[in-house]
Amino acid sequence: MDWNSIFVTTVKASIGLETVVYALAAIGLNVQFGYAGLLNFGQAAFLGVAAYGLAVTVATFQLPFWLGIVIGLAATVVLAFLLGIPTLRLRADYLAIVTIAAAEIVRLIFRAVKFKDVFGGSDGLQSFSGDFYAMNPYAPGSYGIGSITFTERTMWVLTVGWILVALSCALVYLLMKSPWGRVLKAIREDEDAVRSLGKNVFSYKMQALVLGGIIGCLGGFVFALGQASVQPDLYGTEFTFYAYTIVILGGAARVFSPVVGAAIFWVLLVFIGNTLAEAVGSGVIPSSIMTVSQAGSVRFMLVGLGLMLLLIFRPQGIFGDKREIALDAR
Amino acid sequence: MHADTTTAKKEAALAVFAGLETEPGVPKPDPILVIDKVVRRFGGLTAVDVDHVEIQRGSITALIGPNGAGKTTFFNQLTGFDTADAGSWTFNGKPMNGVPAHRVARQGMVRTFQLTKALSKLTVMENMRLGAQNQRGENFFRALIPGSWRGQEDEITERAEELLERFKLAAKRDDFAGSLSGGQRKLLEMARALMVGPELVMLDEPMAGVNPALTQSLLGHVKNLREEGMTVLFVEHDMDMVRDISDWVIVMAQGAVIAEGPPDTIMSDQRVIDAYLGAHHDAPMSVEEAEEQLHEAEAELEAEIEEKA
Amino acid sequence: MRRAVIAFTAFLGGLVLLLSSPAWADGEALKGTLQNQGQPVNGVKISVTTQDGKPVAEVTSGADGKWQVPVPKAGEYKVTLDQKTLPSGVALKFKDKDTLTVQVYEGSQRNVLFALGAAGQQGNGPASSDSSFWNRVAQLTFEGFNLGLIIALAAMGLSLIFGTTGLTNFAHGELLTLGAMSAYFFNVVLGIQLIPATVIAVIVGGAFGYLQDRFFWGKLRQRGSSLLAMMIISIGLALFLRYLFLFLFGGESAAYTDYNAQAGIQVGPISAAPKNFIAMGIELAVLLIVGLALLKTRTGKAARAVADNPALAASSGINVDRVIRIIWTAGGAVAALAGVMLGLSQNVGYQMGFQILLLVFAGVTLGGLGTAFGALVGSIVVGLFIQLSTLVVPTELKTVGALLVLILVMLFRPQGILGRRERIG
Ligand SMILES: Nc1ncnc2c1ncn2[C@@H]1O[C@H](COP(=O)(O)OP(=O)(O)O)[C@@H](O)[C@H]1O
Ligand SMILES: [Mg+2]
Repeated sequence: MDWNSIFVTTVKASIGLETVVYALAAIGLNVQFGYAGLLNFGQAAFLGVAAYGLAVTVATFQLPFWLGIVIGLAATVVLAFLLGIPTLRLRADYLAIVTIAAAEIVRLIFRAVKFKDVFGGSDGLQSFSGDFYAMNPYAPGSYGIGSITFTERTMWVLTVGWILVALSCALVYLLMKSPWGRVLKAIREDEDAVRSLGKNVFSYKMQALVLGGIIGCLGGFVFALGQASVQPDLYGTEFTFYAYTIVILGGAARVFSPVVGAAIFWVLLVFIGNTLAEAVGSGVIPSSIMTVSQAGSVRFMLVGLGLMLLLIFRPQGIFGDKREIALDAR
Repeated sequence: MHADTTTAKKEAALAVFAGLETEPGVPKPDPILVIDKVVRRFGGLTAVDVDHVEIQRGSITALIGPNGAGKTTFFNQLTGFDTADAGSWTFNGKPMNGVPAHRVARQGMVRTFQLTKALSKLTVMENMRLGAQNQRGENFFRALIPGSWRGQEDEITERAEELLERFKLAAKRDDFAGSLSGGQRKLLEMARALMVGPELVMLDEPMAGVNPALTQSLLGHVKNLREEGMTVLFVEHDMDMVRDISDWVIVMAQGAVIAEGPPDTIMSDQRVIDAYLGAHHDAPMSVEEAEEQLHEAEAELEAEIEEKA
Repeated sequence: MRRAVIAFTAFLGGLVLLLSSPAWADGEALKGTLQNQGQPVNGVKISVTTQDGKPVAEVTSGADGKWQVPVPKAGEYKVTLDQKTLPSGVALKFKDKDTLTVQVYEGSQRNVLFALGAAGQQGNGPASSDSSFWNRVAQLTFEGFNLGLIIALAAMGLSLIFGTTGLTNFAHGELLTLGAMSAYFFNVVLGIQLIPATVIAVIVGGAFGYLQDRFFWGKLRQRGSSLLAMMIISIGLALFLRYLFLFLFGGESAAYTDYNAQAGIQVGPISAAPKNFIAMGIELAVLLIVGLALLKTRTGKAARAVADNPALAASSGINVDRVIRIIWTAGGAVAALAGVMLGLSQNVGYQMGFQILLLVFAGVTLGGLGTAFGALVGSIVVGLFIQLSTLVVPTELKTVGALLVLILVMLFRPQGILGRRERIG
């Protein structure tokens, strides 16, 4: 096996595009689920409407890039209200079902042949990222240390992405230190108690849903720009499930845990994928046991297994405090 | 009645009630809460059907009645936790029906719950701070500028510390509320309710599940509330306690108020005897009542188990 | 039936195919499966060129209707279906759509879907007269019932498990997939006729339900796991099982050996393959048996009592754990049957359970969480709504309508059709 190339891919994966996207999605989810206890199973839709908001504005309607960003943000807020108003007064599991349904609706509409002119059907949309790369301060070339290098385009996306991650973390840090965060954590535990103390629980839940959605939507922008395309099926329910895995892996209700969780998650996924593929390719694992394409599914089996084991044996994840989170499987 | 607990406030409260009739719905000279024709049905069951009740300002009023009488449901209606099918009520003259729970609390009408709702994953101090009203730091944008709320937070903390001192919880200040005993949680819940700065405190079975050593101190705290000028409405089963601390007693049975009166004489009221005896001895329990009792027992057991864990 | 089976198969099949190529698989390629009325179409020439017209490859579809063209790198390609090579009686639904331009992403295998139909009836959808409108309504109602009954089979189990244990089981869909795949294994791999294969699959499903509760959920309940934790654990389990199915079965969907090429029969305004009538009969019979069991047997009554109020049921001497285990076992068996039925009306694929899970949730929530009969009513409403909505919305968006209704019900009657509200305080 080529350990050097495995090492290089792994390091690149730990700071690469997917890690940034998952980190942003998970930071948002951590606000909703980790701190406020909201079961948002539609985080993928928040990324999706942001990405499509941008792509449709620029690619379909030929409008300016920044307007696209504004529309993406607005679409996210609208989605949060659409989901929140009917469900935030109801039991927690209702929000789960409504958000998962809404995410599926959003995806099906994006990929519908009926709206192909607007959303591009299952091919999605391209050619909307020109303005973004025109702002690239990095001169063409290759940047990096040793054999870990990125193109100037990737450098630009990653720079913007990691700045957004840092800003989001700072925002969450400030909020969760404040009385605002205290109300949120209290709601996670018992909303009736909080209501009896004169707090407008519905409003706080809505704020959390919107904030988490907006942080997630930044991930949607980064994903769309990094890939220079949007595709409906990337915003499926499994994306949300992976974001949950990340939040729980890092430890719910901790500021930096989604970031570390995202890096570990993606690195493991890439590492296991590469190692298995290498092992199968070089015949270490005979093809009677596993083919290369089967190796791909093993990774995701391990994600599922990992999620179960985490919750059973270490629900507080890497950084969480067992006494403080709502997840304890005891 | 013990002479040593009789204070000026108590005298005043008792004087008000002295000449009152013991009819249900009897008017009081200075009511803080006036309730008219409140009805709540669950399917075919009428859980609450209260025609008229007034709660006297500055007094301790006990709400008693057999299990399943509808006391908790009645509390839920009044405090906006559940929507009444019909009826209206005013607090300090302001109509309160349809007002959501958090607004009710902000108006100064604060309740506690039969099954304690201490927020066990916050510390005792955080629980207390949560009770304070009009916090600048609870606004999303101001929360981002710590300077804008630090000062107020310090004031709140100071007030919370005083209360914790009084409720003998100061030593537990930084412990998670989940680590407290059942009685301590009840104390914390009451202290936290006081952080809201209420005019009317509504306690749903504050003594249930509290060990006898703590009941005396809890009773003391309840009496103190009146001394500080608050009005107390509380649900309780133990008649000894009701007799000890309340100035006036309202009796509910099968959703309706069936009698009112001073604690010394109310238990000899024929209607009350009928209600209690009817529920417990005379007639065999109906299936529903049996279920309800099982229910209560379960809930209490669960609460106890939770407290132990 | 035929029309909607095509539509349904195309829709769900399309979903399956598109989803089954995760963006991170290796070796870029274009591929697809040509089907007419659920039957593979072979010998059709398909050519692939680059965007600027350079030919990449030319293939013909195989006996299973499948074709695949590896492409050198990610990018845009033109895929052309040679209409002259289509067998007689089969035509493209949209004559002008014989060339599709598609994007292949890095590392992904891209599915290309050509919609085929019977020659002469392709094209412009419901441009039909009044009587044929009502025929269509009748036809769609029939199909709606069919789908609704399958959903109901899955929903009863899900709902009862929720009622008795509080678990929102995201891995319930995989019970369906397991059933469909076991039947596939016994039927296609071992060559057992489908009916006995189904019986075995149902037993496998029941056993899996039993084992899951005995060695997994039951243990977690004993540890006192929170409901939230269990719900997320079920997501992990669902992921694990789904990709295990992918590992074992592969990403392509496939049909059973038996009852494949049945000619449709006409009953009143409804036309469908005989297997659909029989499947519906079986579904109805099973639902009836389950319903009667819930109403009449001791265990059934106990099950409803536990779902209604576990604490009370326990204190009145019901062995709650035993009841829960029975529910899991029966739920697994019934879900397996639902899976086989689903596999019969569409095809067997590793995502089938996951895709129908949302509709099952919709049925269960619509009926009121935790009530068995509510789930039944809710599921049938969902099934009917999905099919009938195609009268006004494009087939590809029919699920959207059902999910929207779910959200609206939440808004106006959160306790569901037959549910009750919760207690406070
Ligand atoms: N959410 C509810 N759904 C159905 N019945 C309820 C609900 N809440 C209370 N009840 C019924 O209303 C009656 C009054 O209950 P409750 O107010 O808890 O009595 P109390 O507090 O006086 O013991 C009881 O018969 C109880 O079973
Ligand atoms: Mg009560």
